[in-house]
Amino acid sequence: MKKILALLLTLVMALSLTACGGQEETSDTPADEGGETTQGETADIKVGLICVHDQNSGYDVAHIDGLTAACEALGIDPTDTNQVVFKYNVAENQACYDAAVDLAEQGCDIIFSDSYGHQPYMLQAAREYEDITFVSCTGDQAGVSGLDNFKNIFPYTYESRYVSGVVAGMKLKELMDAGTVTDPKVGYVGAYPYAEVVCGYTAFLLGIQSIVPEAYMEVQYTNSWFDLAGEAEAANTLMARGCVIIGQHADSTGAPSAVQDAQEKGTVAYSVGYNIDMLSVAPTAALTSAQNNWSVLYQATLEKFMAGEEIPADYATGHANNAVMISTLGESCAEGTQEAVDAAWAAIDDGSLKVFDTSKFTVGGQTVTEYEVNFSIIDFESGDVVFEGPTENVISDGAFQESVYRSAPYFDLRIDGITELNNNG
Amino acid sequence: MTQTVQHHKEPLLRIVKRDGIARPKAYAIRIAAVLASLVVSGIFIFAITKLNPIQVYEAIFDGAFGTNRRSWVTIRDAMMLLCIGVGLAPAFKMKFWNIGAEGQILIGGVVTAGIMRAWGGDLSTPALLAVMGIVSLLCGCLWGVIPAVFKAVWNTNETLFTLMMNYVAIQITSYCVALWENPVGSNSVGIINQMTAYGHFPKVFGQAYGLNVVLVLILAVGMYIYLKYSKQGYEISVVGDSENTARYAGINVKKVTIRTMAISGAICGLAGFIEVAGVSHTISTETAGGRGFTAIIVAWLAQFNTFVMILISFLLVFLQQGAIQIASQFNLNDYASEIITGIILFFILSSEFFINYRVIVRGGKEAKGK
Repeated sequence: MKKILALLLTLVMALSLTACGGQEETSDTPADEGGETTQGETADIKVGLICVHDQNSGYDVAHIDGLTAACEALGIDPTDTNQVVFKYNVAENQACYDAAVDLAEQGCDIIFSDSYGHQPYMLQAAREYEDITFVSCTGDQAGVSGLDNFKNIFPYTYESRYVSGVVAGMKLKELMDAGTVTDPKVGYVGAYPYAEVVCGYTAFLLGIQSIVPEAYMEVQYTNSWFDLAGEAEAANTLMARGCVIIGQHADSTGAPSAVQDAQEKGTVAYSVGYNIDMLSVAPTAALTSAQNNWSVLYQATLEKFMAGEEIPADYATGHANNAVMISTLGESCAEGTQEAVDAAWAAIDDGSLKVFDTSKFTVGGQTVTEYEVNFSIIDFESGDVVFEGPTENVISDGAFQESVYRSAPYFDLRIDGITELNNNG
Repeated sequence: MTQTVQHHKEPLLRIVKRDGIARPKAYAIRIAAVLASLVVSGIFIFAITKLNPIQVYEAIFDGAFGTNRRSWVTIRDAMMLLCIGVGLAPAFKMKFWNIGAEGQILIGGVVTAGIMRAWGGDLSTPALLAVMGIVSLLCGCLWGVIPAVFKAVWNTNETLFTLMMNYVAIQITSYCVALWENPVGSNSVGIINQMTAYGHFPKVFGQAYGLNVVLVLILAVGMYIYLKYSKQGYEISVVGDSENTARYAGINVKKVTIRTMAISGAICGLAGFIEVAGVSHTISTETAGGRGFTAIIVAWLAQFNTFVMILISFLLVFLQQGAIQIASQFNLNDYASEIITGIILFFILSSEFFINYRVIVRGGKEAKGK
C-alpha cells in the first residue's frame, strides 16, 4: 500500500513537472507572433465586447460570432487578446461598468456591449472615458444622451420576423386548405411587454396575414429573456387555447421543445424560433427562426471607426445589407414556402413591401395616420426627463417608420387582432 | 489483552480525534492545503487547457489586483461579502440556520432603491443616506425576526422558513422592478438618479468605495467585540452549544433567539443598503446574487471570527475576479475557472478535517509508539 502511495506521489510530481516544462515553450511563441502582427498589419486597434452570458446562449453566440467575423474581415485577429478582448457573463449591473472601465484601462479603443440592460453602465463609463467609443447594442439612448462617444446599433429584426411570419402563414394556409385547422389562431411567447417585443410580434402577425388575412394572435409574456421552463409553459398554455403556430421572442429553446412534445402526442402545432436554428430540438415542429446577422453592424461600425469617420449615434440596417435573415426551413414547411420567402425578401429589399404598411393594420378599428413618439428618456414614475429628445410623427409614406428615428424599436401600437393574455405592466 | 490485540490485523489507516492542536501546526496544515490545491489545479489546467498554470495564476492575480481600479473592485466586493458574513455570524454561532440572507439583503435593497427614487432631490444626500440606512436596517430586521419568532414560539424549522422568506423578498423585488422599470416592459430599472447622483455614497478619502470599507469594518470590529466580550455574545454561544444548558443557566432562549436574528437580519438588510446606495445604484432580483449563501461559507470557515472573515472574503473574491480575468484572457469558459475555485475551496475545507483529526498509518511511527 505504501508503495502504491509513493508511486502515486511520484506520478503527481512528474506530471506537474512536465506541466511546468511544457508550457513555457507554448507561451513564448504566441506572444512573439502577437507582437509582430500588431506591428506588421494595419489594424492598430483594440476592441472589447461585453457579453451578458457566454457561448452557451444563442443570443451571445450571435454577438461573439458577429464580432469575430467582422474583425476577420477587417484584418483584426479575434484570437489575439491584444486586439480583441471578450468579457463573458457580465451581469446588467455594476459588473458591466467594472468590465467597461477595465476594458478601457486595458487600452481598448472601442467597446461594445450586447445587452439592453448594459446601457446605463456603458453610458456611465462613456462619460468618464471621452476618448473611447462605447457602443451599446440594442440600446436606445445614444441619440439623445448628448455624448459624442456613445452609440447604439440594432438590426431591422422586424424584417426577419415578418418573413418568418410568411413561412408560418404558408403552413397555416396548407393546414386550413386540408381542413386540419379551421381556426387560424397564432400564439406568441413574448419576454416582456416592451416595444422591441411588441414590434416583433406585430411584424410576425403581419407576415402571417399576408398569406392568411383572417389570422389572429394571442401573446403570453414570460417576464424573462431566458427561461426554459417558463417559455415551455407559455407555449403549452397557448396550444391549450387552440393556437396552431407558436412564435417566440425569448432566448431559450423552451417553446420549440414544448411544441415538439405536443406534436408527438398528436396536437397540430408548429413553432417559429428566434436567434438560433431550432431544428435540433424540434425537428418536425420547427419551421424556421428569425435571425440577426450582427457581423454586418459590427463591421460597419468598426470600418467607420478605423477610417476615422464619424460613427452615427444610431445605426440600424436590414436585409438589404444582410443584417437579418431566417434559418434553414424545416422539413414540415409547406410546399412553395421557399418561393414565398424569396418573394418577400425581394420586395423588402427593393422597398416595394413595407412591413408596417398602415393599410395592412388597424388600431381600434381605425387606420393609423399619425403617431407621435417622444424620444426623450423619461423616468416614468417621477416624470423627470433624463435626456431631452424630439417628438416625431413616425407615420409617413403610408407606413410606420420603424428604426429610422432611432435604431432601437419604438413600435408600441397594439394592433387589432392581437390579444395580450397577461400584460400586467 | 496485548495478545488479543495483536491477533487482529491493524487497519492501514486509523482516524483519531485530536485533543487539541497547536496554532502554528493548524496554520501549517492550512497552508499545505492551499499549496496542494494549487498543484492539483495546475495539473487540471494543463490537462484540460494545455496552458501554463503559472501564467494562469499570474492572470488570476492580475485580474484581482492588476490595476488600482481592479484592486478597488476586489476590495469593494470583499467588503460586501464580509458585511453579509458579519450579519450571519451571530445567527450561525447560535446554531440558527439563517439561509435567508438573500432575502434580507434584497428587502434592504428594495427599500433603499424605493426611497432613493421617491425622495432623491427632496432630501440632502446625507439625510437621504441616513433614512435609507435606517429603513433598510429595520426591514432586514423584520425579515430576520419573523422566522425567529416562529421558531421561538412554535418551534418551526428555521431553515425552511428563512429559505421561503427569500422567495417572498424576490417576488416583492420583481414586483417593484416591474413598477419602476424604465422604459416600460424592459425589466430594468437602470441607474437610479444617474445624472444627479442623489442618494449615492459620496467619495470618502477620495475613493468611491471608501465609505463602504469604513462602514463594513466598523461592523466587523463591532461584531467581534459583541460576540467575544459582551454578555449577549456569551449567551449566543451558550444557546448554540446547548439549549438545555442555556435554560439551566437561566438564559431566556426565546429572547436570545429573537434578539440575535433581529441583529443578523438588520446587518444583512444594511448590506442591501450598501449594495444599492454604495455600489450598483439599481435594484434587480440579482442584487443579492447568491452572496447570501456564499457568506455562509465565509462565516463558517472563519468560525465566526470576523477578522478571519476578512481574509476569507478576500480569498473568495480574489478567486472570483481572477476567474473573470482568465476567462477573458485565455478565452476559457467561466466554468473552467469555477472548477479551479472549487478545487481550492475543497482543499481548504478538507484541511479542517486534518486539523480536527489525525490519521495514523499502520506500522508508522505513531502506531509503533502506542
